[in-house]
Amino acid sequence: MPTLTINGRSLSVDAANDTPLLWAIREQLQMTGTKFGCGAGLCGACTVHVNGEAVRSCQTMVGDVAGKKITTIEGLSAKGDHPLQKAWIAEQVPQCGYCQSGQIMQAASLLAKNPNPTKEEVVAHMDGNLCRCMTYSRIQKAIMRAATEMRTASAAGNERRPT
Amino acid sequence: MNKHVNDVAPETTDLSRRSFLVGTAATGLVLGYAGVPGIDPASAAAPATFEPSVWYAISPDGLVTVTCGKADMGQHIASTMAQIVCEELGAKWSDMRVQLASNDPKFNDPVLGAQITGGSWSTMMNFDAMSRAGAAGRMALTEGAAAVMGVPASELVVRDSMIVHPKSKKQMSFAELVKSGKATKTFTPDELKAIKLKTPDQYTMIGVSVPQLDIPSKTNGTAKYGIDVMLPGMAYGAVVTPPVRFGATVKSVDDSAAKKVPGFIKAVTLDDKTGTTSGWVVAVASTYANAKKAAAALKIAYDGGPNAKVSSESLLDEAKRLQKLEDSGQFFVKDGDPSAAFGSAAKVLEAEYTTSINIHAPMEPMNATAEFKGDILHIYSGNQFATRSGAIAAGAAGIDPKFVVMHQMWLGGGFGRRLDADMMVPAVQAAKAIGKPVKVIYTRENDMTMDFSRPLTYQKVKAGVDGDGKLVALSHDVVSAWPTARWGIPDFLTPSVDKKGPLDSFTVNGADFFYTVPNHYVRAIKNELAHNATPSGQLRSVAPGWTFWAVESMIDEIAAATGKDPAQFRIGLLDGKGKNDGGAQRLRNTLLAAMGLSGYGTKQLPKGEGMGVACVSSQERATASWTACVAHVAVAPSGEVTVKKLTVATDVGTQVHPDNIRAQVEGAALWGLSLAMYEKATLKDGGIEQTNFDSYTPLRMSQVPEVAVAVIANGEKATGVGEPAVTVVAPAIGNAIFNASGARVRALPITAEAVKGAMKA
Repeated sequence: MPTLTINGRSLSVDAANDTPLLWAIREQLQMTGTKFGCGAGLCGACTVHVNGEAVRSCQTMVGDVAGKKITTIEGLSAKGDHPLQKAWIAEQVPQCGYCQSGQIMQAASLLAKNPNPTKEEVVAHMDGNLCRCMTYSRIQKAIMRAATEMRTASAAGNERRPT
Repeated sequence: MNKHVNDVAPETTDLSRRSFLVGTAATGLVLGYAGVPGIDPASAAAPATFEPSVWYAISPDGLVTVTCGKADMGQHIASTMAQIVCEELGAKWSDMRVQLASNDPKFNDPVLGAQITGGSWSTMMNFDAMSRAGAAGRMALTEGAAAVMGVPASELVVRDSMIVHPKSKKQMSFAELVKSGKATKTFTPDELKAIKLKTPDQYTMIGVSVPQLDIPSKTNGTAKYGIDVMLPGMAYGAVVTPPVRFGATVKSVDDSAAKKVPGFIKAVTLDDKTGTTSGWVVAVASTYANAKKAAAALKIAYDGGPNAKVSSESLLDEAKRLQKLEDSGQFFVKDGDPSAAFGSAAKVLEAEYTTSINIHAPMEPMNATAEFKGDILHIYSGNQFATRSGAIAAGAAGIDPKFVVMHQMWLGGGFGRRLDADMMVPAVQAAKAIGKPVKVIYTRENDMTMDFSRPLTYQKVKAGVDGDGKLVALSHDVVSAWPTARWGIPDFLTPSVDKKGPLDSFTVNGADFFYTVPNHYVRAIKNELAHNATPSGQLRSVAPGWTFWAVESMIDEIAAATGKDPAQFRIGLLDGKGKNDGGAQRLRNTLLAAMGLSGYGTKQLPKGEGMGVACVSSQERATASWTACVAHVAVAPSGEVTVKKLTVATDVGTQVHPDNIRAQVEGAALWGLSLAMYEKATLKDGGIEQTNFDSYTPLRMSQVPEVAVAVIANGEKATGVGEPAVTVVAPAIGNAIFNASGARVRALPITAEAVKGAMKA
């Protein structure tokens, strides 16, 4: 029985090694914030982080991630207050909302590496994530807002640091 | 006009059967209509039997929970209903909550008399009822507070969930008053009707972009969709669907390999007497991963049935054959005598317009969870048509629909797909077969190949212009499958004007436009082959998504043929004469707004670029949101089209939530772009060929152009915004391509090959 480290917790799941991580997370561990969209890595709804990288959990097998650090939307922040989540509310991004966990997780992996992305970099990073409600322009705005907030917070943190 | 939208005027909404109750129950103050069979109003008012399950309830902690009878698929309609209640009630927005209604008839739409969400009708048809519900609550609270405070009710002011007596500075919160049990007023239907609602100048909530109540839960993974339902002891079903979209039957099922899959329970061949599915098998197992493995291991032999050789080409051929027949179809519009007018016209134009099969493909694949508990069948699924879907679930179970309880969930996209109930059939029959709750989840492949798709359409338009360049005659034939006829609900069909029986107006709405054309025929022709082989559904914007493609392209063709500016030509046709008075002027003004915002006609565009206009009265004549678009495109010599900008103006009368209207209009416009340029499904050997997002390819972020939206709120009645902007984009793009390159395209989606082929050598 594989043991998965999800959102800092060690969880054993009764699933064969060739079970997609998506179904183990959603249906067996009942963390349903991660969504099923296509089962083929084409839509991004199931995006989670494995060791900080955004991956499609429908294309990631349970046996391949044992011992690795998995983060889902439920674990992105303690209180749903990651700068991206706050920006998603500020820009009133979601319509049906179904793709948005995946969008946020995909965006988080960009901002973790690139705190000051250009519009083109955002589009290139996000183009694999479908939104059928077509909230794309608000997603872009929210990512830019979150990036600004994260840079501001980081700069403020630097200023306060004793020299 | 369709029978079911006859009663949009607030004064004619059917309050007669119901009595509006305001009373305090142990759980709080409950307000709503007591129209539930078996509960008489007198006993319902008694706290012991009063269920907190009507339009809204105020709990002793002061929270106001609005129950939304409409499906919320991202249009934030639950939040909008709460906002309308909140305006008249005088509650604080942060005290407002929403919940989703069950299929109890007491939650039926007050105008439609059923639970159905579509047509961009919800705000329009519920504004009055929610306003009166809110106002009645405020009056009940005010009278209760007056009694407690010992002051005249007329001296009280209600604001931010507080009832204040300014003279004495006494005040009570909603919470305190509900706890006191003093709000007990009952309203008769006549008293409800007599309530004087606020006038727009008194609004403090309507017109304000309050934070949508559902959004925080959609940023942290806690919003519960149908697919997220978990029931104790539940098993999972994976469906195996035949290679033919409809009409196949299962000859045999060999489950010997499936039996080796751990956790496999049973393969159930559906016996669907509702006719919703054909030839489906559901593999049931303890986990979804295992159900999928078992489904893949089943060896099923099919009889392909009567549609096994049908293709997109044969559907189109059949449409053309039907259109040529003199006695095909029924008339939707029959004004004047186009045939005679063509005979004397100076110029006659003819053109054929087509649209492909299109797939809804909401991001949440279809799913349903079914559980039998005692006599009651519980269905958990996000659905747009609880009234009919409950009956389908009942039919699948072989029970009376009154024993079905539908648990509404947030919809991970609807777009019309979730008007249907096919996903409930395998869940119900699997649950019945194994005696446990079963959650069925479609794969994306199931979802795409078994979609109730937007039908393939073929339209023939003939136009006659007199010696002065005036459009004097238009005949318009629309050939398609009839999605609404499939429902089997006569009220949703429309009598034909030539008295040849009912027609499906949801295939021709929009063709009854607001241009003044003295001789005008519109004929609705049912493509029976398509109807049977590709059971169709209502896809976001429905008929106007194809009728305006034809009408607005042809209007442009006429303008070009007579040497007129296409925008000015439209303005000339929108003269507001006769039956078009009112609507035509609003549409003209909307077109002018879009022209102004886009800079239409004010600048010289570079070679290879052009602008095109279109204007529409979607969704229906009786429920129109006046919408216009100017598309700005660049066309390469290869025929490749780049949409640079879409400018959309829409007259919505009254804005409840300006920011939401902009979000909906932009989303709708991008749907229009996606359908115009990127989405195409095809039928081959009776089956849909596209199975996932690699071959069926909705718009992605990199394909989004600049979108400018202008919303006109002129104080008229609030109209819908979820769909109309879908319908205006494709013709605006087609017309812009013509303006840029001289290439006229008449088939959706538009391809580079078609554009290049249409360019003059």
